[in-house]
Amino acid sequence: MMNTSKNPEVKLTPGDIIVGKWNRNQYTILRELGAGATGTVYLARGNRSKVAVKVSHDTLSITSEVNVLKHLSKVQGKTLGPSFIEMDDWVSVKGALPFYVMEYVQGESLFEFMRKRKEEWFGILMMQLLRDLTDLHKSGWVFGDLKPDNLLISGPPPKIRWLDVGGTTMIGRAIKEYTEFFDRGYWGMGSRKAESTYDLFAVGMIIINYAYPKRFDKKEGGWNQLQKAIDQNRWLKKYRAILYKALHGHYSSAEQMREDLLKHYSAKSSVKTTTACRPTRKSSPSVSPPVSQNGRYKGKKMKKRRHMTETVLIFLFLLVFYVVYLMGQTM
Amino acid sequence: MSKGTLKQILLITDGCSNHGEDPVAIAALAREKGIAINVIGILSQNEAYGEHGLKEVEDIAMSGRGVSQIVYANQLAQTVKMVTQKAMTQTIHGMINKELTHILGDEKQMEDLPPDKRGQVMEVVDEIGETVNLEVLILVDISASMDDKLPTVQESLLDLSISLNSRTGDNQFAIYAFPGKKQSIERLMDWTPQLDTIGKVFKKISTGGITPTGPALQEALDLFPERRSKRKLLGEYDEYIEESGS
Repeated sequence: MMNTSKNPEVKLTPGDIIVGKWNRNQYTILRELGAGATGTVYLARGNRSKVAVKVSHDTLSITSEVNVLKHLSKVQGKTLGPSFIEMDDWVSVKGALPFYVMEYVQGESLFEFMRKRKEEWFGILMMQLLRDLTDLHKSGWVFGDLKPDNLLISGPPPKIRWLDVGGTTMIGRAIKEYTEFFDRGYWGMGSRKAESTYDLFAVGMIIINYAYPKRFDKKEGGWNQLQKAIDQNRWLKKYRAILYKALHGHYSSAEQMREDLLKHYSAKSSVKTTTACRPTRKSSPSVSPPVSQNGRYKGKKMKKRRHMTETVLIFLFLLVFYVVYLMGQTM
Repeated sequence: MSKGTLKQILLITDGCSNHGEDPVAIAALAREKGIAINVIGILSQNEAYGEHGLKEVEDIAMSGRGVSQIVYANQLAQTVKMVTQKAMTQTIHGMINKELTHILGDEKQMEDLPPDKRGQVMEVVDEIGETVNLEVLILVDISASMDDKLPTVQESLLDLSISLNSRTGDNQFAIYAFPGKKQSIERLMDWTPQLDTIGKVFKKISTGGITPTGPALQEALDLFPERRSKRKLLGEYDEYIEESGS
């Protein structure tokens, strides 16, 4: 029997405990973080820390997502998506339910964050995003469902993070999941093949979305409609050249688009941008605080172990000395 | 790689059948022939979920081992794509499960494997979904009440073509409407790899009275080009699932 689509969604309430059938780890549900087409994400308490747990009735899509998360955590030295912890099955009253556990990324959504900041932050965050996309594309993947709702600003220092990797697709395949407004297929400006240009189109649309928070519907579609939207907005018009290239797929890499954005901000007022850029650079070494904390933790452990061996050695030495002394006494 | 072909019928309707054979029975027949039947029920703007007699939509899809969804016209484009792709994955998953049971015995399926192994199997499912050939026969209800929804239907089919043609595998689409003028169904577009020319198709439709969903489905079953069995495509992937999960 295949019951991939008709199972009723299981609702978990705070205080519920789920236990993995394979790894026997236990998670206490704290609250719901969000519900999507493929399942519900909860904030939960694991062994030590807070984690995000996604529970779903759809084994196929959840397994697919886990595959992506695992691939992303292999991209060296970078935390692109939320880091993956484990996957397991929870045997509930209604049968076995697959779930997976990942890092709980805390922060504000992109537009929420921008509401309290000056406009130059937006450019900086877009540059951060493009730098991460460069790494992702180099590793053979395309984000796919790129939109403000899937971006979170963690920090301080503010750092853009990706939330939902449901659309992340291997380069060359068909995009798995997308949102119409950010999809070049919807606007009639290209295919849904996973290419770096597909993500860059979406970045262009995020910039447009920032100027039109309510978005807009497709009328005639294509560059004609988008061009009008760009020209009618004074802020957006300044980005016209960059948007033109991004929406037409003229950037061959995310890096190129980032450089153009950087030039744009530097040209605007060189004094302003040098101060504005510094936080980006500062943020890169502290991209992964959990890792460095872990390292420190391990270091402590190592030191402790060294202390232990030293004590044991001294004790043994004294013991041998005492035995020799005793033997000397009896002889 | 020996490529297989998945066959689907996508039925787009806004109501119940009222003429001829029971469509749920025809869907069961389709299943025997290895054709999945997906059904999308379209609601009118002032209609609420559940109040309509669209239960038949679910029954047909369940019987035809496909996917069903009931939506308002404005969500049609995304739904058409989602339903088609979900049904593809489901069919491939079904075939893989059959192979797993065959290899591992004891009614073992993908869900019974440890999560790590499951991930490997899923990669195979994704890979097949990307490369497999697909034949979709689109069957559109053109009875009177569908009249104002047809432009949206047309747009979503174009969108479907964009999505599926972004895959590596080949696609064939055909569009039929029912009820036809003389027969149960009428051909609007013969098998074609792209739906770019769809623009003119729906213009010559005259929407009529009865809804013979059953007979329409039955005729559609015979319109697929003859090919070899789809089970063949599994041979290549045996190495991934050699190790038993128990």
